[in-house]
Amino acid sequence: MPKNLKLHYDISGEDYTRAGEASAQLKQVLRQLGLSSSIIRRVSIAMYEGEINMVIHANGGTIDVEIDSACVSLILKDTGPGISEIDLAMKEGYSTASESVRSMGFGAGMGLPNMRKHSDYMKIDSTPGVGTTVYMKIALGEE
Amino acid sequence: MTVAEIVKVLDAKVISGEDLLDRDVHSACGSDLMSDVLAFVKDQSVLVTGLTNAQAVRTAEMMDIVCIVLVRGKTADSGMIDLARDRSVVVLQTEYSMFTACGLLYESGLRGGGGRANAKKFKAAL
Repeated sequence: MPKNLKLHYDISGEDYTRAGEASAQLKQVLRQLGLSSSIIRRVSIAMYEGEINMVIHANGGTIDVEIDSACVSLILKDTGPGISEIDLAMKEGYSTASESVRSMGFGAGMGLPNMRKHSDYMKIDSTPGVGTTVYMKIALGEE
Repeated sequence: MTVAEIVKVLDAKVISGEDLLDRDVHSACGSDLMSDVLAFVKDQSVLVTGLTNAQAVRTAEMMDIVCIVLVRGKTADSGMIDLARDRSVVVLQTEYSMFTACGLLYESGLRGGGGRANAKKFKAAL
Protein backbone atom coordinates (compact mmCIF):
# COMPACT_ATOMS: atom_id res chain seq x y z
CA MET A 1 0.00 0.00 0.00
CA PRO A 2 1.39 3.44 -0.90
CA LYS A 3 2.46 5.76 1.89
CA ASN A 4 1.73 9.48 1.86
CA LEU A 5 2.89 10.30 -1.61
CA LYS A 6 2.40 13.95 -2.58
CA LEU A 7 2.32 15.20 -6.15
CA HIS A 8 1.89 18.67 -7.58
CA TYR A 9 0.81 19.62 -11.09
CA ASP A 10 0.73 23.07 -12.68
CA ILE A 11 -2.02 23.22 -15.27
CA SER A 12 -1.55 25.61 -18.17
CA GLY A 13 -4.68 27.31 -19.40
CA GLU A 14 -3.20 28.28 -22.73
CA ASP A 15 -3.12 25.05 -24.67
CA TYR A 16 -6.34 23.04 -24.92
CA THR A 17 -4.54 20.15 -26.56
CA ARG A 18 -2.47 19.60 -23.42
CA ALA A 19 -5.54 19.47 -21.16
CA GLY A 20 -5.48 16.04 -19.55
CA GLU A 21 -1.72 15.61 -19.52
CA ALA A 22 -1.50 15.86 -15.73
CA SER A 23 -4.30 13.32 -15.33
CA ALA A 24 -2.48 10.97 -17.69
CA GLN A 25 0.71 11.36 -15.66
CA LEU A 26 -1.11 10.65 -12.40
CA LYS A 27 -2.68 7.57 -13.97
CA GLN A 28 0.81 6.22 -14.68
CA VAL A 29 1.85 6.83 -11.07
CA LEU A 30 -1.24 5.06 -9.73
CA ARG A 31 -0.51 2.10 -12.01
CA GLN A 32 3.05 1.92 -10.75
CA LEU A 33 1.73 1.94 -7.19
CA GLY A 34 -0.34 -1.09 -8.09
CA LEU A 35 -3.74 0.35 -7.24
CA SER A 36 -6.77 -1.51 -8.58
CA SER A 37 -7.98 -0.62 -12.07
CA SER A 38 -11.34 0.45 -10.65
CA ILE A 39 -9.72 2.99 -8.29
CA ILE A 40 -7.36 4.20 -11.01
CA ARG A 41 -10.33 4.69 -13.33
CA ARG A 42 -12.30 6.71 -10.78
CA VAL A 43 -9.36 8.95 -9.86
CA SER A 44 -8.49 9.47 -13.53
CA ILE A 45 -12.01 10.49 -14.51
CA ALA A 46 -12.48 12.79 -11.49
CA MET A 47 -9.16 14.54 -12.09
CA TYR A 48 -9.48 14.69 -15.88
CA GLU A 49 -12.88 16.39 -15.72
CA GLY A 50 -11.50 18.80 -13.13
CA GLU A 51 -8.42 19.49 -15.22
CA ILE A 52 -10.57 20.15 -18.30
CA ASN A 53 -12.76 22.53 -16.28
CA MET A 54 -9.67 24.41 -15.12
CA VAL A 55 -8.38 24.83 -18.64
CA ILE A 56 -11.66 25.85 -20.25
CA HIS A 57 -13.07 28.07 -17.52
CA ALA A 58 -10.21 29.33 -15.37
CA ASN A 59 -7.08 29.67 -17.51
CA GLY A 60 -5.40 26.81 -15.66
CA GLY A 61 -4.47 26.33 -12.02
CA THR A 62 -2.82 23.76 -9.78
CA ILE A 63 -3.66 20.22 -8.76
CA ASP A 64 -2.27 18.70 -5.59
CA VAL A 65 -2.60 14.99 -5.06
CA GLU A 66 -1.97 13.11 -1.85
CA ILE A 67 -2.06 9.35 -1.66
CA ASP A 68 -2.05 7.57 1.68
CA SER A 69 -3.10 4.12 2.80
CA ALA A 70 -6.77 5.14 3.00
CA CYS A 71 -7.47 7.34 0.01
CA VAL A 72 -6.39 9.49 -2.90
CA SER A 73 -7.08 13.18 -2.18
CA LEU A 74 -7.22 15.77 -4.94
CA ILE A 75 -7.19 19.55 -4.48
CA LEU A 76 -7.82 21.50 -7.67
CA LYS A 77 -7.26 25.21 -7.24
CA ASP A 78 -7.71 28.00 -9.73
CA THR A 79 -7.94 31.79 -9.73
CA GLY A 80 -10.59 31.89 -12.43
CA PRO A 81 -13.98 33.60 -12.53
CA GLY A 82 -15.48 31.37 -9.83
CA ILE A 83 -18.87 29.66 -9.83
CA SER A 84 -21.71 31.92 -8.78
CA GLU A 85 -24.36 29.22 -8.39
CA ILE A 86 -22.78 25.93 -7.38
CA ASP A 87 -26.10 24.03 -7.15
CA LEU A 88 -26.90 25.02 -10.70
CA ALA A 89 -23.39 24.11 -11.89
CA MET A 90 -23.80 20.64 -10.34
CA LYS A 91 -26.89 19.96 -12.48
CA GLU A 92 -26.39 17.65 -15.42
CA GLY A 93 -26.62 19.55 -18.66
CA TYR A 94 -25.99 22.99 -17.19
CA SER A 95 -23.03 24.58 -18.91
CA THR A 96 -21.49 27.98 -19.52
CA ALA A 97 -18.86 26.63 -21.92
CA SER A 98 -18.08 28.25 -25.27
CA GLU A 99 -18.58 26.73 -28.70
CA SER A 100 -14.86 26.03 -29.03
CA VAL A 101 -15.01 23.96 -25.84
CA ARG A 102 -18.03 22.07 -27.14
CA SER A 103 -16.15 21.27 -30.32
CA MET A 104 -13.59 19.46 -28.13
CA GLY A 105 -16.32 17.13 -26.87
CA PHE A 106 -16.75 18.87 -23.53
CA GLY A 107 -18.94 21.64 -22.17
CA ALA A 108 -22.10 19.54 -22.09
CA GLY A 109 -22.65 20.14 -18.40
CA MET A 110 -21.45 16.70 -17.30
CA GLY A 111 -18.07 17.57 -15.79
CA LEU A 112 -19.00 18.37 -12.20
CA PRO A 113 -21.67 15.60 -12.03
CA ASN A 114 -19.06 13.13 -13.29
CA MET A 115 -16.60 14.30 -10.66
CA ARG A 116 -19.22 13.81 -7.96
CA LYS A 117 -20.18 10.41 -9.34
CA HIS A 118 -16.62 9.08 -9.35
CA SER A 119 -15.46 10.47 -5.99
CA ASP A 120 -16.45 9.44 -2.47
CA TYR A 121 -16.21 13.00 -1.16
CA MET A 122 -16.41 16.27 -3.03
CA LYS A 123 -16.55 19.87 -1.85
CA ILE A 124 -16.42 23.06 -3.87
CA ASP A 125 -15.29 26.40 -2.44
CA SER A 126 -15.82 29.18 -4.91
CA THR A 127 -15.92 32.95 -4.82
CA PRO A 128 -16.90 34.83 -7.97
CA GLY A 129 -13.97 36.91 -9.18
CA VAL A 130 -11.52 35.14 -6.87
CA GLY A 131 -11.43 31.50 -7.91
CA THR A 132 -12.50 27.96 -7.19
CA THR A 133 -11.06 25.12 -5.14
CA VAL A 134 -12.45 21.62 -5.54
CA TYR A 135 -11.64 18.96 -2.94
CA MET A 136 -12.18 15.31 -3.82
CA LYS A 137 -11.36 12.04 -2.10
CA ILE A 138 -11.49 8.54 -3.49
CA ALA A 139 -11.27 5.80 -0.85
CA LEU A 140 -8.86 3.00 -1.66
CA GLY A 141 -10.97 0.38 0.07
CA GLU A 142 -14.04 1.03 -2.06
CA GLU A 143 -14.45 -1.00 -5.25
CA MET B 1 -13.64 -9.16 -31.16
CA THR B 2 -10.22 -7.87 -32.21
CA VAL B 3 -9.41 -4.47 -33.68
CA ALA B 4 -8.51 -6.25 -36.92
CA GLU B 5 -12.07 -7.61 -37.10
CA ILE B 6 -13.45 -4.09 -36.56
CA VAL B 7 -11.32 -2.88 -39.46
CA LYS B 8 -12.94 -5.56 -41.61
CA VAL B 9 -16.53 -4.96 -40.44
CA LEU B 10 -16.31 -1.19 -40.94
CA ASP B 11 -14.15 -1.37 -44.05
CA ALA B 12 -11.90 1.02 -42.14
CA LYS B 13 -8.56 2.60 -42.81
CA VAL B 14 -5.91 2.37 -40.06
CA ILE B 15 -4.69 5.87 -39.19
CA SER B 16 -2.50 4.91 -36.24
CA GLY B 17 -1.61 1.77 -34.31
CA GLU B 18 -0.97 -0.59 -37.25
CA ASP B 19 0.94 -2.87 -34.86
CA LEU B 20 -1.91 -3.05 -32.33
CA LEU B 21 -4.64 -4.68 -34.42
CA ASP B 22 -4.58 -7.94 -32.46
CA ARG B 23 -5.97 -6.20 -29.38
CA ASP B 24 -9.24 -7.45 -27.94
CA VAL B 25 -12.28 -5.19 -27.72
CA HIS B 26 -15.06 -6.14 -25.30
CA SER B 27 -17.64 -3.40 -25.81
CA ALA B 28 -18.45 -0.32 -27.84
CA CYS B 29 -19.65 3.24 -27.32
CA GLY B 30 -20.83 5.80 -29.86
CA SER B 31 -20.59 9.44 -28.75
CA ASP B 32 -19.20 12.86 -29.58
CA LEU B 33 -19.53 13.90 -25.96
CA MET B 34 -16.43 12.92 -24.06
CA SER B 35 -18.10 13.48 -20.69
CA ASP B 36 -20.68 10.84 -21.61
CA VAL B 37 -17.85 8.49 -22.48
CA LEU B 38 -16.23 9.24 -19.12
CA ALA B 39 -19.53 8.57 -17.35
CA PHE B 40 -20.43 5.23 -18.86
CA VAL B 41 -17.75 3.37 -20.76
CA LYS B 42 -16.28 0.08 -19.58
CA ASP B 43 -12.88 -1.53 -20.07
CA GLN B 44 -11.34 -2.26 -23.42
CA SER B 45 -13.95 -0.52 -25.52
CA VAL B 46 -13.98 0.87 -29.00
CA LEU B 47 -15.13 4.49 -29.23
CA VAL B 48 -17.10 5.40 -32.34
CA THR B 49 -17.04 9.18 -32.71
CA GLY B 50 -16.99 12.20 -34.97
CA LEU B 51 -14.54 13.99 -32.68
CA THR B 52 -11.20 14.33 -34.46
CA ASN B 53 -9.00 16.07 -31.91
CA ALA B 54 -6.54 15.15 -29.16
CA GLN B 55 -9.21 15.12 -26.45
CA ALA B 56 -10.72 11.96 -27.95
CA VAL B 57 -7.35 10.26 -27.39
CA ARG B 58 -7.01 11.71 -23.88
CA THR B 59 -10.44 10.37 -23.03
CA ALA B 60 -9.49 6.99 -24.51
CA GLU B 61 -6.36 6.99 -22.38
CA MET B 62 -8.32 7.70 -19.19
CA MET B 63 -10.85 4.96 -19.95
CA ASP B 64 -8.49 2.29 -21.33
CA ILE B 65 -10.28 2.53 -24.66
CA VAL B 66 -8.14 0.60 -27.12
CA CYS B 67 -9.51 1.90 -30.39
CA ILE B 68 -11.19 5.06 -31.75
CA VAL B 69 -13.22 4.89 -34.96
CA LEU B 70 -13.78 8.18 -36.81
CA VAL B 71 -17.04 8.10 -38.76
CA ARG B 72 -18.14 9.63 -42.07
CA GLY B 73 -14.57 9.67 -43.34
CA LYS B 74 -13.55 12.41 -40.92
CA THR B 75 -9.87 13.21 -40.79
CA ALA B 76 -7.97 13.12 -37.50
CA ASP B 77 -6.12 16.35 -36.81
CA SER B 78 -2.34 16.12 -36.45
CA GLY B 79 -2.47 16.55 -32.67
CA MET B 80 -4.79 13.57 -32.45
CA ILE B 81 -2.58 11.30 -34.55
CA ASP B 82 0.62 12.26 -32.69
CA LEU B 83 -0.97 11.67 -29.29
CA ALA B 84 -2.58 8.39 -30.41
CA ARG B 85 0.82 7.10 -31.58
CA ASP B 86 2.45 8.20 -28.34
CA ARG B 87 -0.22 6.60 -26.14
CA SER B 88 -0.72 3.45 -28.20
CA VAL B 89 -4.35 4.09 -29.09
CA VAL B 90 -5.55 2.71 -32.42
CA VAL B 91 -7.33 5.25 -34.66
CA LEU B 92 -9.46 4.00 -37.54
CA GLN B 93 -11.41 5.89 -40.17
CA THR B 94 -14.60 4.60 -41.77
CA GLU B 95 -16.85 6.08 -44.41
CA TYR B 96 -19.94 4.81 -42.58
CA SER B 97 -22.05 7.21 -40.51
CA MET B 98 -22.14 6.93 -36.72
CA PHE B 99 -25.51 5.14 -36.83
CA THR B 100 -24.46 2.64 -39.45
CA ALA B 101 -21.02 2.01 -37.92
CA CYS B 102 -22.61 1.31 -34.53
CA GLY B 103 -25.23 -0.90 -36.18
CA LEU B 104 -22.61 -2.95 -37.99
CA LEU B 105 -20.59 -3.45 -34.80
CA TYR B 106 -23.73 -4.44 -32.90
CA GLU B 107 -24.63 -6.91 -35.61
CA SER B 108 -21.15 -8.38 -35.26
CA GLY B 109 -21.76 -9.08 -31.59
CA LEU B 110 -20.38 -6.03 -29.79
CA ARG B 111 -22.55 -4.51 -27.08
CA GLY B 112 -22.58 -1.21 -25.19
CA GLY B 113 -20.35 -1.09 -22.12
CA GLY B 114 -22.84 0.89 -20.06
CA GLY B 115 -25.91 -1.17 -20.88
CA ARG B 116 -29.39 -0.78 -19.52
CA ALA B 117 -28.43 -2.00 -16.05
CA ASN B 118 -25.87 0.78 -15.74
CA ALA B 119 -28.29 3.40 -17.07
CA LYS B 120 -30.83 2.39 -14.44
CA LYS B 121 -28.21 2.51 -11.71
CA PHE B 122 -27.12 5.97 -12.84
CA LYS B 123 -30.67 7.30 -12.86
CA ALA B 124 -31.28 5.87 -9.40
CA ALA B 125 -28.18 7.66 -8.09
CA LEU B 126 -29.43 11.08 -9.18
